[in-house]
Amino acid sequence: MKSLGIDVGSTTVKAVLMSESGEMLYKRYERHNARVRELIGEILSEILEKFGDIELHAAVTGSAGLGAAERAGLPFVQEVVASSTAVEKFLPGTDAVIELGGEDAKIIFFGQVTEQRMNGTCAGGTGAFIDQMATLMDITADELNDLASRAEKLYPIASRCGVFAKTDVQPLLNQGARREDVAASILQAVVNQTIGGLAQGRRIEGNVAFLGGPLSFLPELGKLFVKTLKLTPEQARFPKDGQYFVALGCAVESEHFEPLRLADVAARLAAAEDITVTSRLEPLFRSEEEYGEFRRRHATASVDTVDPAEYEGGAWLGIDAGSTTTKLVLLSDDMRILYSYYAPNRGDPVEVLREQLLEIRKITGDRITLRGSAVTGYGEELMCAAFGVDSGIVETVAHYTAARFFEPEVDYIIDIGGQDMKCFRIRGGAIDGIMLNEACSSGCGSFIETFAKAIGYTTPEFAKLGLFGEHPADLGSRCTVFMNSSVKQAQKEGATVADISAGLSISVVKNALYKVIRVVDPEELGHHVVVQGGTFLNDAILRAFERELGREVTRPAIAGLMGAFGCALYARERGGEESTLISLEELEQFEHTSSAARCGLCGNHCTLTVNRFTGGRRFITGNRCERGAGASKRSEEIPNLYEYKYKKLLETEVCENPTRGEIGIPLALNFFDTLPFWGAFFRNIGVKVVLSGQSDRVLYSLGQDTIPSDTVCYPAKLVHGHIAALAERGVKRIFYPCAPYNNTEYEKADNYYNCPVVAYYPELIAANMPVTKTLEYLNPYLIYTRKGFEKKLYEALSPYYPDLTEHEVKHAVKLAREADHAFREEIRMKGEEAVAWAREHGKKMIVLSGRPYHIDPEINHGIDRLITSLGLVVITEEAVAPKGSAAPLHVLNQWSYHARLYNAAAYVATQDDMEFVQLVSFGCGIDAITGDELRDILERSGKFYTQVKIDEITNLGAAKIRLRSLVAAMEARERKAVSVRG
Amino acid sequence: MAELKYTKDGRLLFTKEMRDSYTVLVPQMLPIHFEFITKALSLEGLKVEVLNTTHRGIIDAGLKHVHNDICFPALLVIGQMIDALKSGKYDMDHVALMITQTGGGCRASNYIHLLRKGLKKAGFDKVPVISLNLSGLESNPGFKMTLPLISRLITGVVYGDALMWLSNRSRAYEVNAGETDALVKKWTTRLSDEMSHTKLPNKKKVRENLLAIARDFGALKLSDVKKPRVGVVGEIYVKFAPLGNNNLERFLRSEGAEVIVPGLMDFLIFKVDNRVEDSVIYGGKAAKKAVATVLRNYIIGYQDLLRECISYADGYPVPARYADIKEMVKGFLGYGNKMGEGWLLTAEMLELINSGVTNIVCTQPFGCLPNHIVGKGMMRPVREAHPNANIVAIDYDPGTTSVNQENRLKLMLANARRALERAEAAQDASAPEEQAAEPAAVGE
Repeated sequence: MKSLGIDVGSTTVKAVLMSESGEMLYKRYERHNARVRELIGEILSEILEKFGDIELHAAVTGSAGLGAAERAGLPFVQEVVASSTAVEKFLPGTDAVIELGGEDAKIIFFGQVTEQRMNGTCAGGTGAFIDQMATLMDITADELNDLASRAEKLYPIASRCGVFAKTDVQPLLNQGARREDVAASILQAVVNQTIGGLAQGRRIEGNVAFLGGPLSFLPELGKLFVKTLKLTPEQARFPKDGQYFVALGCAVESEHFEPLRLADVAARLAAAEDITVTSRLEPLFRSEEEYGEFRRRHATASVDTVDPAEYEGGAWLGIDAGSTTTKLVLLSDDMRILYSYYAPNRGDPVEVLREQLLEIRKITGDRITLRGSAVTGYGEELMCAAFGVDSGIVETVAHYTAARFFEPEVDYIIDIGGQDMKCFRIRGGAIDGIMLNEACSSGCGSFIETFAKAIGYTTPEFAKLGLFGEHPADLGSRCTVFMNSSVKQAQKEGATVADISAGLSISVVKNALYKVIRVVDPEELGHHVVVQGGTFLNDAILRAFERELGREVTRPAIAGLMGAFGCALYARERGGEESTLISLEELEQFEHTSSAARCGLCGNHCTLTVNRFTGGRRFITGNRCERGAGASKRSEEIPNLYEYKYKKLLETEVCENPTRGEIGIPLALNFFDTLPFWGAFFRNIGVKVVLSGQSDRVLYSLGQDTIPSDTVCYPAKLVHGHIAALAERGVKRIFYPCAPYNNTEYEKADNYYNCPVVAYYPELIAANMPVTKTLEYLNPYLIYTRKGFEKKLYEALSPYYPDLTEHEVKHAVKLAREADHAFREEIRMKGEEAVAWAREHGKKMIVLSGRPYHIDPEINHGIDRLITSLGLVVITEEAVAPKGSAAPLHVLNQWSYHARLYNAAAYVATQDDMEFVQLVSFGCGIDAITGDELRDILERSGKFYTQVKIDEITNLGAAKIRLRSLVAAMEARERKAVSVRG
Repeated sequence: MAELKYTKDGRLLFTKEMRDSYTVLVPQMLPIHFEFITKALSLEGLKVEVLNTTHRGIIDAGLKHVHNDICFPALLVIGQMIDALKSGKYDMDHVALMITQTGGGCRASNYIHLLRKGLKKAGFDKVPVISLNLSGLESNPGFKMTLPLISRLITGVVYGDALMWLSNRSRAYEVNAGETDALVKKWTTRLSDEMSHTKLPNKKKVRENLLAIARDFGALKLSDVKKPRVGVVGEIYVKFAPLGNNNLERFLRSEGAEVIVPGLMDFLIFKVDNRVEDSVIYGGKAAKKAVATVLRNYIIGYQDLLRECISYADGYPVPARYADIKEMVKGFLGYGNKMGEGWLLTAEMLELINSGVTNIVCTQPFGCLPNHIVGKGMMRPVREAHPNANIVAIDYDPGTTSVNQENRLKLMLANARRALERAEAAQDASAPEEQAAEPAAVGE
């Protein structure tokens, strides 16, 4: 009997009809564009036509097939079961299968017991991810593959989820990295995600089969897998029809079920009723009239235009070089718009801007004098270098300047662009609070765009549909990657495209309100809200926003151009006679080349992209600091306690003539706090400490395949690399104690725990890194402030050091305590010096706080240097914490590292020339508690609270905007204070 | 409204006056156990109401009022309480909230503070919050941990565990649908009533009741159909609370599985035992250790009783001994690993596997830090030691759709059914020689 397998994936339908002997008699692979039922109907009638109403086995599989099967009363086969069955039957001898689909990634390990892994909720899609990245580069997935085949180098791209990767890819494109290299880097990110995230510590080896759409259609992806897994050509199996394997396995599995008549299968599917589980929401508009009224109200916030042909005088140019789009506004002396432009970057923002500048030089001709220009956005520095723009300003300032034009009393601005969300609170004419979206909710605007495209609509068409969706689907309010699954669910339940479009708009708005701004009461937002950014040109989103807020807001008619408009206004305020922008001739002869290089100015050896422009101008990206970019060494003089402390730790004195051999210590997590103690202890018992060395991507990759939980924080993931590095160095013994408790530094704290990850990571390492079995791995529970600690330590060490006496341990501990104290005292003194230096030189100070391990440059990505490059002194929280007291708190203050934060913030609140910046590692839920409390402590005294979230992402763009905005806000506050006094 | 009194630090107290006139809202976690716990609280003079709400608005309220990076259980519990306050069902001048505080190094101890922050944001800062804990955190004049209360709470947990354990089995195999639920109902009512009359622990009475329960369940008619047996472990809230795990038990049953959920007693003993272990590992005052040891052994005494009585119920497995579970985790984790569910979570997986339940769902809430170590972090060694283990880690967070979770659960179930088929085939083949083959050990 023949058997039929239908695989309904998140984006495609695959169907096969298999003969008794396992031959494929019929196959079809097609995108379903959310029209699952119709497409299956089509396929079945085609089979009916060819084979007649035969009796057969039939079953459905796939991530979106469950609902269809349930409603039609057809057998369902779990998709991983289906693909493992197919592999066992058609590719015997396979040890592992890697299968990538539209939104799913799977690994199947064969062996004694078949082990199957599917991507978790946080891993994002894969096929969808590639599509999204291709869209970002304005090419098709096939073209991406083509580009990747000519790559010369790979950039590190965060491999955890699509949104993070996008945050890495966008700046690369904007900064002019070779498109071929970016394309290959994207595919490599998929490889890393699969191996690092999905395999969860199990090595992929032996004969590996590669299945699914993306691996069938994108040979470069397969090549990168083979290379990364170090497979021989015989081991790598790319079966013909790899994309049909799941459907084939489903057909095989269907034999377990009762036979059916083909016509009956078709009839059941056709008659399957849609059931609704996803909540449905109120429609955005009930009638055309209601919509018309809405349109009229918003039409009033506009700005006059003037035909350049009829204008004579000065003009001011504003450029917003955004992440996905370029925006321009040319303004007359009397603030009318002479010319404006809004279009996607097509992955080559420099060329886009060159064309536009040519256009502007032509428009202005001799009658109009270009008197000044300003640029903002991701591409600010690049464009300044490329075209000689007069000034670059931070985005927040540009947007505020523009918003004030439309609503002089504006007290809240929300800007949702392609992939950024920015919210600023204005108080007393200065930016008072800034919220940027965290890495995990960015991409909201472009998400709608990508989604529309994926199902065959343009963004305006898709948005328009949403306006009149009758029952918008409630898709939740989290990261967009999760939304993909919600959409899948809604589709499964038969939501229309209009309902999904409306639902997506509502979700984007909820994200902005509840995730980024975290509003509870619209009152918090103030009374004069200005919304802007390209995303708000979408009326569905605007409507959803007003609805959710319960109040009317101002959306300027040029909502998408506000950054550029603000820049033009800024340039006009600044004044001038003749812009420094390059001339028409220069523009015509303009050339732009980029090449790769490696910075040799410090140990980081950053990979650089050198952009060269006609006229000898150049711009370098990829470095973490200003040095490689050719900035003067002046910022080196500015005290930087992060750098100081890290250096001191690396230089920890070791026993040069060991009597008891060596011991390896991973410079990770709590060792950043306890190394002075342990270093001195081992030195005093004649053991030479071998440090694992500095963290970097290479070290990280050494241990990446042993990380069992892909959502743990980056500092914890790095431990694996440090342990692997120690093993590589050949140490025979590693010391990494469990530390559930820390020092009781502050008597007022409620308790003195370490976080569970810091406390028990040594046990996780023992369980997940086989290397710990081949050497001596010491991970006892120790609390060195507890009474009886010396005895416990002696008991833990004596099996390894039989000649060690308890007396020796006691003595060494005493000396270690002194060394620990001296180290802390030194950091505190150094802090005092830095403060004195800052005050002497009239510099502001940033107390850059976080966990002790945040001083690791691989973890903070060089944010400390970024701060000194802005002319600010960097101080650590521990240096000032002893001076402050933050009691009473509104939280249970039971973690030592947090007590330092609270006290440091309390001190900063009393100092005019200090600001507080908190580094937070992604995945650290404990900082969900500290963040709010710190904000409270600081804002009570009228100080800013700035939080910077960090992960594996190496891009500092968002952090930079945040810090520059902080500097701008500090300056504005100071100007105001001066004017009040004067 | 009662007169509002505050501590020196500005904490709103739950006064005696409030005790007499306020309704105290408690979030649901374990439906059977909470019947007894609320009864015990009401005998202290509190008017208690358990929140059984499950609608989407709870998550929305949580997202609105709690930091979104906080762990999922906190978001749900706080969301459920604020949602209830907003429902209009309660007199805002006569309502209080109660929440547990474990006092460990996990964020759970901070729930109460996050709740207060959320209340303040939502404009409910005149609603007092009572901490229920055994660590002596936060005291209130209107609510004290009295000896009768502690004793009733402990017996409540014993009864709850017994009924949950037995009913999970009989619900999977009952021939006459509904009999299990009726039996649970009968016993929860009877035992609650009885609680009013017992002030101090009466082990003899508890034993009588447990034996009667075991007899009742033993008398139920069960079918001998083979079902895949699936154990549930994880962070305590999402492991137990239907709101937290999208009604996991119901889903597993609807897919034809028998569900095994290790009880609350182990967790209780574990928490007390941690104090004993702490002094073993780090040293400390002998007196402290002695007090903790006495309390631990006292609760273990009840577990022994529970095990003894359940052994009289024919056709039901007997829950493991705490000491045995603790022994199993040796070589996997140390006893100092105590934050959250600590080593107990890993130990429960090992115990399930050892008792033949190789299919395990490890529930993992978004943002749960201890679970990185004791849940996902221990999968590898557990699988290495037990190659036949079929473990699936399921993430729970406000954005995950049930389709995603169910898909992963179905995969685990498909594996489970395959193993069952293989085991049956193997058993059939070897039936003449060896009747008593352990299903889990065969076929792999």
